[in-house]
Amino acid sequence: MEYSSLIIIIPFVIFFLLGLLGKRIKSYLSGLIGTIGVGVCVVIAYVIFYQYFFKIGKTNKVWREIIPLNFKWFHFTDKLQIDLGILLDPISIMMLVVITTVSFIVHIYSLGYMRGESGEQRYYAFLSLFVFSMLGLVLATNIFQMYIFWELVGVSSYLLIGFYYTRPMAVVASKKAFIVTRFADFGFLVGILILSYYTKTFNFNMLIKNNAALVTTLMKGEVFCGLSVITWVFALIFIGAAGKSAIFPLHIWLPDAMEGPTPASALIHAATMVVSGVYLIARLFPVYFFASHDVLKMIVFIGTFTALFGSIVAITQNDIKRVLAFSTISQISYMMVAIGISGYGGCNGSAYMASMFHLFTHAFFKSLLFLGAGSVIHLVHTNDINNMGGLHKYMPVTSISFFIACLSIVGVPPFSGFYSKDEILTAAFYTQPIVFWILLIIVGLTSFYMFRLYFLVFWNHVKKLNVNYVELHESSILMLVPLIVLSLFSVFGGLVPFSIFISTDSMSFHTRIDWTVAFMSIIVIIIGIVSATFLYLKKNDKSTKIAIFCGKFYKIVLHRFYLNEIWLWMTRIVIFKCICIPIKWFDKHVIDNSINELGLIIQKISFSIKLLQSGKLQFYILIFLAGVIGLTAISFILLGVV
Amino acid sequence: MNFSNFLYIGQEVRLIILLVILFLYDIFSPKKWGIFFQKIAIIGFAIVTVCNFIPYYAMHGEIFGGIYMTSNLTSFVKNILNVATFLVFLQSNSWLSSKDRILKQSEFYIISLVSLFGMYLMISAGNFMVLYVGIEMASLPLACLIAFDKNKKKSAKAGVKYILISALSSSVMLFGLSFLYGTLESFYFSDIVFNVNKDPLIILGFIFFFSALAFKLSLVPFHLWTADVYEGAPTSITAYLSVVSKGAAVFTLIFVLYKVFGNIEVIWRSILSCLSVVTIIVGNLFAIHQSDIKRFFAFSSISQVGYILLGIIAGTVQGMTATIFYVVVYLFSNLAIFGIISIVEFIENGDTRIKVFNGLYKSNPLLAFVMMVAIFSLGGIPPFAGFFSKFIIFMVAVEQKQYILVFIALLNTVISIYYYLLIVKAMFLEKKEEITFKKYKINIYNWINLTICTVGIFIVGVFSAIYKYIEVLSFGIS
Repeated sequence: MEYSSLIIIIPFVIFFLLGLLGKRIKSYLSGLIGTIGVGVCVVIAYVIFYQYFFKIGKTNKVWREIIPLNFKWFHFTDKLQIDLGILLDPISIMMLVVITTVSFIVHIYSLGYMRGESGEQRYYAFLSLFVFSMLGLVLATNIFQMYIFWELVGVSSYLLIGFYYTRPMAVVASKKAFIVTRFADFGFLVGILILSYYTKTFNFNMLIKNNAALVTTLMKGEVFCGLSVITWVFALIFIGAAGKSAIFPLHIWLPDAMEGPTPASALIHAATMVVSGVYLIARLFPVYFFASHDVLKMIVFIGTFTALFGSIVAITQNDIKRVLAFSTISQISYMMVAIGISGYGGCNGSAYMASMFHLFTHAFFKSLLFLGAGSVIHLVHTNDINNMGGLHKYMPVTSISFFIACLSIVGVPPFSGFYSKDEILTAAFYTQPIVFWILLIIVGLTSFYMFRLYFLVFWNHVKKLNVNYVELHESSILMLVPLIVLSLFSVFGGLVPFSIFISTDSMSFHTRIDWTVAFMSIIVIIIGIVSATFLYLKKNDKSTKIAIFCGKFYKIVLHRFYLNEIWLWMTRIVIFKCICIPIKWFDKHVIDNSINELGLIIQKISFSIKLLQSGKLQFYILIFLAGVIGLTAISFILLGVV
Repeated sequence: MNFSNFLYIGQEVRLIILLVILFLYDIFSPKKWGIFFQKIAIIGFAIVTVCNFIPYYAMHGEIFGGIYMTSNLTSFVKNILNVATFLVFLQSNSWLSSKDRILKQSEFYIISLVSLFGMYLMISAGNFMVLYVGIEMASLPLACLIAFDKNKKKSAKAGVKYILISALSSSVMLFGLSFLYGTLESFYFSDIVFNVNKDPLIILGFIFFFSALAFKLSLVPFHLWTADVYEGAPTSITAYLSVVSKGAAVFTLIFVLYKVFGNIEVIWRSILSCLSVVTIIVGNLFAIHQSDIKRFFAFSSISQVGYILLGIIAGTVQGMTATIFYVVVYLFSNLAIFGIISIVEFIENGDTRIKVFNGLYKSNPLLAFVMMVAIFSLGGIPPFAGFFSKFIIFMVAVEQKQYILVFIALLNTVISIYYYLLIVKAMFLEKKEEITFKKYKINIYNWINLTICTVGIFIVGVFSAIYKYIEVLSFGIS
């Protein structure tokens, strides 16, 4: 399956090509090149999918991982070497399919959405860079390769958030996203380095093999600051994952990242990049499960909290994309929680499978939501949902697809979100009841805020808009087709028999819908939807009354629990004032001065010995002979000593 | 010995054939055919270079009763020299085409090929006499080349300086060799390798011998000729001196130290450590205040050799690999720089002050870019090849616990980056005094040269296969 390397090479070549050509080619041509390139990737991904699952199939009832390509990149010493390769196993192929499909759809959508924007060529170049790095990330055979692509993904996300670089908000947001994720990646890097110091390998296979025997034996008994080194390492790696996947308290970059072009948000900040943290934990799941169970417990705790937090904040937000961003935060935490509560082997690992399943379905309905939001924004030129309303009659297709996505994310049967959410809830119900009840509350909250959003945007009453009503119309066909295709995925995506393909120990097992849990969640959903209908379907002031009734609490939630402000205070006061200023003083007075003095001394010496190079041949010969004599003297002294 | 043994010296034979062809062509061709000479020489040499890369079965062996030894490593090393010489030929093309030199073109190619043949002898020698002959054969033609522009005072002066000091060094070497012969009673490497001991006379002989090689390498304190000669010689010859001649000396030094003087490793290691530190420091200190770019790169090349010594000091297979790898990287960087200097010098009527480079980025952005890349590579800035070669050299030295040496060398890289950046600053930030920008015309040969060098700088470092290949070859020796 060597051809699988093409799937990485093609986007990279296109990035290079578009980047180099720049404005020398027409903008639509760059879009076309990018779209065709990703289209080829989609074909390759589906061929790989078909060949892996249906041609090669299982050996000894186990999905074997295939490494079609692996070469040593840096061979520093025998102990320290970095490989580059391609790893194909069920989860990486699942990710391949998701990433290429969503990117392809987003590319097509962008052809309509980005038309006429300046710098379109740059946009498609960055998108290709993103696709390249994201595919490299999921196909990595070793943790270091993953880290390299992890950073590349961060860079391309940064570039796309700051695409409208003339807007100050976009610039600030891109910097924020980069710094926060980079901060988290630092933890990841340290974790990798400590891990490889003990295990002497970066390779995923080696780490996972024999129930993570390598980690448990080699790192056993090592303690640092009262915690075992294993816990440290995997907590640090989780920090990296948390940064990318926007887990509390590192989530602050994601809402701001919505400053980027909406299709890019749909691809990067909804469907693919933000789940790479979940993917990382899933990749290392056996190690987490066998070696550091306490970190998994921590993941469950933080994940549950973030999910609750995200959905509460989402209720109050007024920016259409921010509501979706907080919903993303909440849903990704759902996946994290699912991994955290999972067991290992067969049906015990159903939560792990459910997490991947939810990742799969979420990618489609969330990008559908974003693309729908993009169509709306494209039409009314505002992000504020209070300025929208009644758009259903102007753009029915968008409205219906948005409705489907809402049903799906909320988890109404038989839409795709129902299946994946039900698996997670079932697993939680039988293992950790407290988590289950919280997750159930979140299901209710989700249905409430999603339908609040839907009603406020597409129903309610038509408000004063910046644009003329005559201009309101359905978007172009290029933007509608992606919506329809994604709607199909959102409706039928849940029918994929995931447990056959993906499980903790690569063996298939069977699941069925647990109707007790399903019944409970449906009731909660109905409560959520009914209350949203009651408050937002028609024009009324009940919601404002409730907001006033809640008073301070509403304000706190509206300001996202003031977390941004807390982080700012931390950086401004604690880091800048208490750490940076003393360091700056030290740097300026001690280091700079000593280096300057050293430089001056070197300059002086250099100037004063210049005369030695006199050009007189006799002098040269003298020095030559002196050198011979000097060397003789040195060696005889050495002989005497030795 | 039978006829098939001649296959061992296939590279030498090919070179000689080319030499003879060029020589005959020069003598017997009608006068108006003279314009083809350059093309024939360059294409012919390109063919020889490519042919030498083709591996064939008899690479490893000795001939003429052991006075001449070849192995995969020596042939690889000779290929490196070939490539470097080829690049020098490419960049000297426009310089040779000018009116007052067109009659002497043939001399340039023939003399430099003879010198290259001498270097082959140095590298493959299995006997001190052959080694000596090789060194002489490499140096004497060089003196002619340095004084190639004999009408220019500078060039003639440099030639005289070179030949005088070279005569001194070869007399010192002969003196040393006579000591070695007197005590060990043989010139053959294979005979004397086990008898070398710490006898004072042998040590004395070794040091005299080593001093002569140190002259070729321009190690401090045997370096004083370097700046004057580099400045006076025509730029292409400077490039030849700084890369080909120096590379040959480095390889010879490695082979002789590893093959013959392995028993007194303690002695030469400490001598080399001292010289390496002094060379790096002095080279750097002198480089800072130069105003002529050729002098500047003379001192830069002195300090570069200091780093090369670090790899030799390690005395392991990795050390040897690192050294050869360093030379390969150095070759591409330095030849790119000298290629650009020769272009600029040619247009600016022989002006080689650093000032001439002011504002090069504005007038010729591509040249300035290539120059910058090459300088970054020399300074050891990632991701260019120079970073990897320095990194490997330092790693090898650290493995041998040479912490102090590596520390000093690291400090000096910082200083070197300072003065290297002076050139970059001149090109990118300084303004040119004249208002009109000259867009330099660059001929096809120079383009080929610069392209090869730039690709080399980008590829050699990242593409670890080359390093691996050298490592495999190096296992035969030491």
